[in-house]
Amino acid sequence: MTAADTETIQRTEVVAEVQQPWVTIVWNDPVNLMSYVTYVFMTLLGHPKPVAEKLMTDVHFKGRAAVSSGSREQMEADVARLQGAGLWATLQQDS
Amino acid sequence: MAEFRRRHGRYVVSLDQPEVQVLADVVDQVRQLLAQRHGEAPTDPLELITGIHAAPATTPTDPALARLLPDFHRDDADLAGGLRVLYEPDLLVAKDRAAVALLDSLPLGGGVARLNPATAKLWLTALNDVRLALAVRLGIVDDDTEPDLDRVELQGAGSAMYEVYRWLTHLQSSLVDALM
Repeated sequence: MTAADTETIQRTEVVAEVQQPWVTIVWNDPVNLMSYVTYVFMTLLGHPKPVAEKLMTDVHFKGRAAVSSGSREQMEADVARLQGAGLWATLQQDS
Repeated sequence: MAEFRRRHGRYVVSLDQPEVQVLADVVDQVRQLLAQRHGEAPTDPLELITGIHAAPATTPTDPALARLLPDFHRDDADLAGGLRVLYEPDLLVAKDRAAVALLDSLPLGGGVARLNPATAKLWLTALNDVRLALAVRLGIVDDDTEPDLDRVELQGAGSAMYEVYRWLTHLQSSLVDALM
């Protein structure tokens, strides 16, 4: 392994650390049906039903829930798909 | 009241003529909203060549459109604007496609709609978008407060609109249950 390779690997790790802390937030609204929100979390985000129901309950009673996390690009895609389904979704850097 | 049922892998609903008319009207209104937004986009002379339709970076001024196309970020306006330019064109196309799929599968004059799973999912999206837009017009702001249907902006149509809204809620709810 050359010195250049080592540097490349270290840089990749740093980038991965910086890219991780983004989350997709879904906010409560008075229109979306609870059953529909659960259905969307299952079909668009691939959450098992119990997880989808827990997240839906958080949205409904706490006003918001972080429904997925990952790189900013992944969260952009998740927000776009959730907004396509009519959910009030935003992304933010996890703090 | 009209409800969806799952039968032999299809999603089936019986709609009478007035119900079909109401659905066609409200879905068409959403299509007009989406088209209005599409028309607000800056004209890009390269569009003819690239086929890429530019989007405005600003939140729609119409609150119904703003609810259909929320900002991607709540606090960072620059980021939200940049992501809107990037993602809004596809969102507009997808929402309009769902609306058209619903209109194309309505039993004209009344009758039974038998939807395959893919079309049923597009109905779900279209019904939801219609309810979101109607709710903004009706002023439905939280889970516990009944909207004021006598507001001047509703021009006396508040009660009828609310009835349509609740009917759409029931219809969408039955479709979610059938798909689950």
